[in-house]
Amino acid sequence: MAPVDITIGRRPSLDGALLGDTDPATQGGYPDHPPRMGFFTDTSVCIGCKACEVACKEWNAIPEDGLLFTGMSMDNSQGLGADTWRHVAFIEQRKPIAAQDPGVAHEGVDVTPLARQGSGTAAGQAAVTPTTPGDAGEFRWLMASDVCKHCTHAACLDVCPTGSLFRTEFGTVVVQEDICNGCGYCIPACPYGVIDQREGDGRAWKCTLCYDRLSVGQEPACAKSCPTNSIQFGPLDELRERADARLARLHEAGVIDARLYGRDPHDGVGGDGAFFLLLDEPEVYGLPPDPVVTTRDLPSMAKHVAAAAATLIGGALAAFAVGRWVS
Amino acid sequence: MTEFQQARRSSSDVTKDGLRGQRPDRDALTGVATGKRAKLRARQRDGAPTVPEVTFTSYYNLPVINSPVWSSPDIPGYLFLGGLAGAASLLGAGAQVTRRPALGRVSKAGAFAAGVLSLVGLVHDLGRPARFLHMLRVFKVTSPMSVGSWLLSGYVPLTGIAAASSLSGRAPKVGAAATAASALLGPAVASYTAALISDTAVPAWHDGYPEMPFVFVGSGAAAAGGLGLLAVPLTQSGPARAMAVFGVGTELASFERMKRRIGMTAEPYSEGRGGAYVRAGKVLSLFGLAGAVLGRGNRVVTALSGAALLASSAATRWGIFHAGVQSANDPKYTIIPQRERIKGRR
Repeated sequence: MAPVDITIGRRPSLDGALLGDTDPATQGGYPDHPPRMGFFTDTSVCIGCKACEVACKEWNAIPEDGLLFTGMSMDNSQGLGADTWRHVAFIEQRKPIAAQDPGVAHEGVDVTPLARQGSGTAAGQAAVTPTTPGDAGEFRWLMASDVCKHCTHAACLDVCPTGSLFRTEFGTVVVQEDICNGCGYCIPACPYGVIDQREGDGRAWKCTLCYDRLSVGQEPACAKSCPTNSIQFGPLDELRERADARLARLHEAGVIDARLYGRDPHDGVGGDGAFFLLLDEPEVYGLPPDPVVTTRDLPSMAKHVAAAAATLIGGALAAFAVGRWVS
Repeated sequence: MTEFQQARRSSSDVTKDGLRGQRPDRDALTGVATGKRAKLRARQRDGAPTVPEVTFTSYYNLPVINSPVWSSPDIPGYLFLGGLAGAASLLGAGAQVTRRPALGRVSKAGAFAAGVLSLVGLVHDLGRPARFLHMLRVFKVTSPMSVGSWLLSGYVPLTGIAAASSLSGRAPKVGAAATAASALLGPAVASYTAALISDTAVPAWHDGYPEMPFVFVGSGAAAAGGLGLLAVPLTQSGPARAMAVFGVGTELASFERMKRRIGMTAEPYSEGRGGAYVRAGKVLSLFGLAGAVLGRGNRVVTALSGAALLASSAATRWGIFHAGVQSANDPKYTIIPQRERIKGRR
């Protein structure tokens, strides 16, 4: 892993760097690069097993950061941070969920003819199969594995003063730990609350989308370990297509709450490299409903700073102009 | 009695009226009586008049963004000292041109001392202070901290030369050139820190970005004026007095405008620790202003008003710092304005 320092002088234009739909790897100075890779996390099939959390910690050798019991449903890791790069959220709601009743009540079923068929009841004939939708219940449990979004316009990367955070050839955002000096600027810059400072270490850490594994053609540890394919890894274009199809199917099946989050390349961060299918509003999962990359306003900020600096000069000139009379 | 039984007993008591404090078991409603919300209610009961609670959804009331890891006094001190230094460099240069040597000495020495201390604060706050020089590894216009690091590394040595020449009387030409150069960089030093904190997802900082640089230069001018009033004889402190009045006026007016414009995200500037510092800053700056205006001709009143202005500038920066942290820690400041934004687009 020897990333080229791409910070000086390679950006086509600042405007393209801060706004809109763009190819981040090209923007980052890789004229010839592999397709942009990412995650599509389909929370509708997440079972909350936390295999992703464990696989991530194991593969990336992330230190233990406290074993807590929070009482927040089954969530004991609370949120993304320096030592939690995959976080499974658990939400308990008094809302019906479609098609997840196991249908274990067999009252109306005459088992004798079924028994005669032996163990191999054809799916069409069985009154109850694991996929038969039952009546909608009054309780649902949402589970969602959160991760760094690898934004098209990444605030953490924009504000990093050392060049420690950089854009990889896969369009992902990675911290170089031998460069980071722990200034902490990236931490409040992230609109999602992903990156954080590791205690006792001082540097900032976050998901690398397993840059090391990608570099040798392997998929990230979390996606590899996900037993239900809730975490899907691949070229972003392909994932977006797959997600659109999945959303259409869910809507067809009556799951009207389903929506994609971070899929739109024209949103406040230019679209996420890691996006999600959610079953409720983003804030229910602890995600911001309308995140915006903070540097989008930087040109305007610069103008205001210049105006204020000019005001200060004007004030000083005026002070010396009247200074003789106010001693 | 086993530990387990003890734990059970402490959570429920058998009384004449039956069990008290008993866990509701299967009757429990999800999401009710989790620690955080209970605490929130308790705070509201104790607190001042409660505004009707805005309804919004969050994940267990946890913050959406990660709070700044910057610590006090390093970072608020860095904001305060940068403002003081930048504005003092202007006073120093003006004093040189208008032949006010005492004002020049105090302002140039003050700018150098404040500049060095602000650098110390910045380096001390790093997670890896030994890697400070990594700040100068690249130059990035998208990072106010990168621009600021380069700015400070040019500015602070210049103020050092200006101060040394002014205090020793040696190398007057070099001193004059350094004074002029530091006065050119000074306004940028006093204002860039506003962009630095605004260029984050912290609601109270980001939303206030149009006015924040004016608050910062105003606060810096008040501090530099205050330093002049505190340490310069009356015969030469006129410009410092005018600078202080200009500073307080700019700071208070811009702050007020910012609070009115940004609405809900301005709440932390009036509440909690941040609010207390902001209020203290306001009171001190009004005292300082009154002393500066009414105390003309009185050395003691002038010096006291100078001290009050320095303290007010510091209090305001501490207030802005803590208010930002408060706004980051409460998910409502992140979620509600974003929801409103979505509603506005529809």
